[in-house]
Amino acid sequence: MLELINVNYEIDGKKILSNINLKIDNNKIMIITGPNGSGKSTLSKIIMGILKPTSGQILWNGDDITNLSINKKSNLGISYAFQQPVRFKGITVKDIIDISSHKENDINTISNILNEVGLNYSEYMNRELDDKLSGGELKRIEIASVIARKSKLIILDEPEAGIDLWSFNDLINLFVNKKKESGLLIISHQQKLFKIADEIVLLENGMIKSCENYISMKNMLCCNRCVKKENIYE
Amino acid sequence: MNSVEKDLLKNVIQDVNYDYAYNIRSNSKSIERKITDNVNIVAKEENKGIDIIVKDNAKFEYIYIPVLITESGLTDIVYNDFYIGKNSNVYIIAGCAIKNEGVQKSEHNGIHRFFVEEGANVHYMETHYAEGHKHNSKILNPVTEIYLKNGSSMDMKSIQIKGVDKTKRITKAILEDNTKLEIVEKIMTDNNAKADTIFDVKLNGNNSSCHVTSRSFATGNSKQKFKSIIYGNNKCYSHVECDAILKDKGKVVSIPEIVANNVDANLVHEATIGKIAGEQLIKLMTLGLTEKEAEAEIIKGFLK
Repeated sequence: MLELINVNYEIDGKKILSNINLKIDNNKIMIITGPNGSGKSTLSKIIMGILKPTSGQILWNGDDITNLSINKKSNLGISYAFQQPVRFKGITVKDIIDISSHKENDINTISNILNEVGLNYSEYMNRELDDKLSGGELKRIEIASVIARKSKLIILDEPEAGIDLWSFNDLINLFVNKKKESGLLIISHQQKLFKIADEIVLLENGMIKSCENYISMKNMLCCNRCVKKENIYE
Repeated sequence: MNSVEKDLLKNVIQDVNYDYAYNIRSNSKSIERKITDNVNIVAKEENKGIDIIVKDNAKFEYIYIPVLITESGLTDIVYNDFYIGKNSNVYIIAGCAIKNEGVQKSEHNGIHRFFVEEGANVHYMETHYAEGHKHNSKILNPVTEIYLKNGSSMDMKSIQIKGVDKTKRITKAILEDNTKLEIVEKIMTDNNAKADTIFDVKLNGNNSSCHVTSRSFATGNSKQKFKSIIYGNNKCYSHVECDAILKDKGKVVSIPEIVANNVDANLVHEATIGKIAGEQLIKLMTLGLTEKEAEAEIIKGFLK
């Protein structure tokens, strides 16, 4: 579905990503992990079109979409949940879901979408996306806004950030469920998510260090990495 | 009302429920009026305005007080006094719409005074709108004075949608013990429009509180000035929140003044002015909107 060929990204002469080659398939979950500053978020922003690569190609079902605008990529079927969701004064939870699905949704639809992220529609539907919402509530709404798009590829940048571990299991189930309809690209440090991944990509210093599944990644980290690194991923 | 007036009215009040009390003023004269068992409306002399008297304990009464101006060159001044009875609960929907296709200016000065008795709750909404020839001047100057007695409350929503070239909006309030005032003001200015807003609130009562939210959008070459003076004269709480979005050569000035005359007064003023945040545009573009569509959605939500 999505293919990155020799993608590079530089800013102020500093290389952030080097020769990234990746294939993301339909109905698969790919996790991108790696230390802070390894280029994970940059990579996800390049796929969404928020950043433009310095060189390289991005293909969508074989078509070159490297230089397409954000909204054109979105309308092709790529969606993106921000690591730090954006706040809006005046725009409500229902508004953002309506904007996302490009139609006015009835209460049942809104209720179903909010249920999927563990929110009660009657409590949240008319809340504004402002600073009265907690980080965790905003994160769930961010994920809801992405689900509402029914995209072919869902990119989630650290979906675990701000969400308590007790309810994170429900989100993991949601991601597994969404795999039936979409491909998922998840930026994460969360080991619980590694277990549902079809493929785990380790990024270090802007380069792909390895592409593995959970078992081989775990073995590799245990055998080849220092204890400090192991702790990051365990 | 003729068809022009009916169409114009929809811009400030979408649905008048004619089962309730109302007074419709057009070109400086009252043209339609209805009173009910709980709401009396009495004309002042020489069409200068009306007194609206709500009985004690009246519940869920609606009152519609729109003003329409379709004559070019007209300056209208109206004094409307609202006497809200004890423990009543009323919804007052007011507004002024100007349609001026001529070359002279149209001006409306509406002075509304609210005398809210003990335990009463008032929900007040006013909308201002103008349309017509772009080379004339459409001016709206609303003045609102609010007097809240012990245990009463009022919320006020004041909205200027579009088309008004010049406005000076003054809201003054005096709060007694255990009273609550909430004000939301939303203003959009474009072209060369000017809007001045002044809030002057005196929190005289023990446990009185006031929350003012001002949201404004200034585009074109328009200018807005927001000034609030809140006096904390007792144990009280006040929160003023002024947010403005700028576009093109729009300008906004926010002048906060909070005066604490009591050690238990807790007064807050927040102001944010700037263009639309890039990350807000990007978020909506990731949902498939073009940059222009994203901007329109953000402003629509902000002023909703």
